Amino acid sequence: MTARCVRSVSGSLQLLLRNRWPKVYGAATCSQKHTYTPPPAQYGGRHTVTLIPGDGIGPELANHVRELFRFCCVPVDFEVVNVDSTMASEDDINNAIMAIRRNGVALKGNLETNHNLPPSYKSRNNLLRTTLDLYANVMHCQSLPGVRTRHRNIDIMIIRENTEGEYSSLEHENVPGVVECLKIITRTKSLRIADYAFRTAREKGRTRVTAVHKANIMKLGDGLFLECCKEVASGYPEITFDSMIVDNTTMQLVSRPQQFDVMVMPNLYGNVVSNVCAGLVGGPGLVPGANYGEDYAVFETGTRNTGKSIANTNTANPTAMLLASCLLLDHLKLHAYANMIRRAILSTVTETRLHTADLGGQGSTSEVVQSIMKAVESTGPRTLSL
Amino acid sequence: VGSPAFLSLQRERRCLGVCDGGQMQTVTLIPGDGIGPEISTAVMKIFEAAKAPIRWEERNVTAIKGPGGRWMIPPDAKESMDRSKIGLKGPLKTPIAAGHPSMNLLLRKTFDLYANVRPCVSIEGYKTPYTDVNLVTIRENTEGEYSGIEHVIVDGVVQSIKLITENASRRIAEYAFEYARNNQRSSVTAVHKANIMRMSDGLFLRKCREVAENYKDVKFTEMYLDTVCLNMVQDPTQFDVLVMPNLYGDILSDLCAGLIGGLGVTPSGNIGANGVAIFESVHGTAPDIAGLDLANPTALLLSAVMMLRHMGLHDYGNKIQTACFDTIRDKKVLTKDLGGNSKCSEFTADICRRVQDLD
Repeated sequence: MTARCVRSVSGSLQLLLRNRWPKVYGAATCSQKHTYTPPPAQYGGRHTVTLIPGDGIGPELANHVRELFRFCCVPVDFEVVNVDSTMASEDDINNAIMAIRRNGVALKGNLETNHNLPPSYKSRNNLLRTTLDLYANVMHCQSLPGVRTRHRNIDIMIIRENTEGEYSSLEHENVPGVVECLKIITRTKSLRIADYAFRTAREKGRTRVTAVHKANIMKLGDGLFLECCKEVASGYPEITFDSMIVDNTTMQLVSRPQQFDVMVMPNLYGNVVSNVCAGLVGGPGLVPGANYGEDYAVFETGTRNTGKSIANTNTANPTAMLLASCLLLDHLKLHAYANMIRRAILSTVTETRLHTADLGGQGSTSEVVQSIMKAVESTGPRTLSL
Repeated sequence: VGSPAFLSLQRERRCLGVCDGGQMQTVTLIPGDGIGPEISTAVMKIFEAAKAPIRWEERNVTAIKGPGGRWMIPPDAKESMDRSKIGLKGPLKTPIAAGHPSMNLLLRKTFDLYANVRPCVSIEGYKTPYTDVNLVTIRENTEGEYSGIEHVIVDGVVQSIKLITENASRRIAEYAFEYARNNQRSSVTAVHKANIMRMSDGLFLRKCREVAENYKDVKFTEMYLDTVCLNMVQDPTQFDVLVMPNLYGDILSDLCAGLIGGLGVTPSGNIGANGVAIFESVHGTAPDIAGLDLANPTALLLSAVMMLRHMGLHDYGNKIQTACFDTIRDKKVLTKDLGGNSKCSEFTADICRRVQDLD
């Protein structure tokens, strides 16, 4: 038999086997599966990243990111794709999705959804996440030293299932006046997100994973989610696993948030918990968010706000978007640049007199960005002139 | 003295000679399990000290199997509630593998308790990181995500159905605006996620808007669930009355309870069709401290105050609430969960004394 023949036989055998046996998640598979390599840097070692400015404060923040990257000589070029969220046709978002498929990575602002439009107009953000199968939304909420909040020493990593659950957008009206909305929980996706959570906890040296659910009421749906988490937990004996009901979780978060480490949950609870945690550490202007899939990654602000009311007033807090761009650089394995910019951002945040309105100060966005650039310049590496 | 028969006799006795302008009103009392009986006794003592015109009718609600095999609450309890229309309930044990559904669910279905009202007011003297909280969460209690309709489509795929109906949405919106008007509240905020769940939350929102048209004196706003959560933990003073479907209500009402200090100090009321209202404490039965005179009756007491206000007996309600808050502010006889180490009876006695002094 020729080599090619052997390869093709083994290929079809593999296909047969793959269909017959479901994937088993756990310690055994994690090591061989996920040695991540970023999308290749072409054209002189420079990466191309899709940039979707979005609505509200999105465009001005996107400009600041570009300005900062240009200043720090970061080898990233942005391919800007504008998505008009007021248009009924989905061409714009499909173009954006195609660009992300091409580049592998994206930085995006939030796209506004007018909820008074009929259901045929789907949320553009949701469409992007489900089409690209960005199954894990990761938000790391940490208390920052210069920011005054009611609770201190918070360090919670929230891993939220991003594609199914209540956000399946499957609704129908069987009888006039009675609407049914379907919440879908599948075994595959629950196992996948649980595996992602435990793997991340292990990589970051975290010791405890808490699953948030409402299985006492939604016995089958959240019961399945919880079961999958328990199954995956058995493969990670060094990590403590426990579960908590979502209403108790929110109560504990506002009284004693320091007890939480890593939290994993389905889509809607993730929305609530991540917003509560973001509020606890200082607000929507401080926390970056990342959406990871098998092949793509999209970075944005953690709480996904458009900030319509403060658009173009130069008062938005750029910290969240700039930290998201640092996560982007980490994803592209440009760690030196990421750490340099992150250090500069965190040193600026501790400066109270530069706080923007959301942190109780009177600083403007451009002042904050200027200060970050000055901080980068003072650390020494080659930059453009200010 | 102290035997169950004697105590129940005491509870059923009429409080004659209490009339100071108001006639005696009957309230069905469901002590509940665990610490239920002791906190119910505490509340009754305080009401006696305040000379409130309330006659208590104590009933038990352990589920029994009725004709046709369906679980139901005992007929004497149902008859008492239907007659008195007002109930005060302590914590009920959640049965595991008892074969019958939870008692709370049974009560909800029997009396069609469609609105769960939780006023969250910061208690002066019980310090939490949040001060000046003064909001009310009104949660639709019959449908939504908790309809309990779930199916396994194929092995490994489960669907839960969230049901939103026009009637239920309209009913809860009307109750919310009525409540706002009757309690001098300035605004009602509808909490939703219509950007994602367009049809269901969209229907809820539309009904709220329609009802808002009839209540122009109350300001109506809409806000996304995530924005409410974000703003709630940063600045809870910006919220007044919140109305929402079942799941969001569950999460948000517990979030707000956490802001003021937990379920041990939060009152709650369930409003049903036909004028029925059951007020309850939402904490657990605490079996580990049951019978040891260590329980904190604040939650049940504040729920009873809510009940008095619902019945129109505002003076008594204010008197008892003031006495309760004064005791907590004083910090001399607090129960263990509030940070002291007094007994429940001492705490109750202090409140009774203050109530009598306020007269």
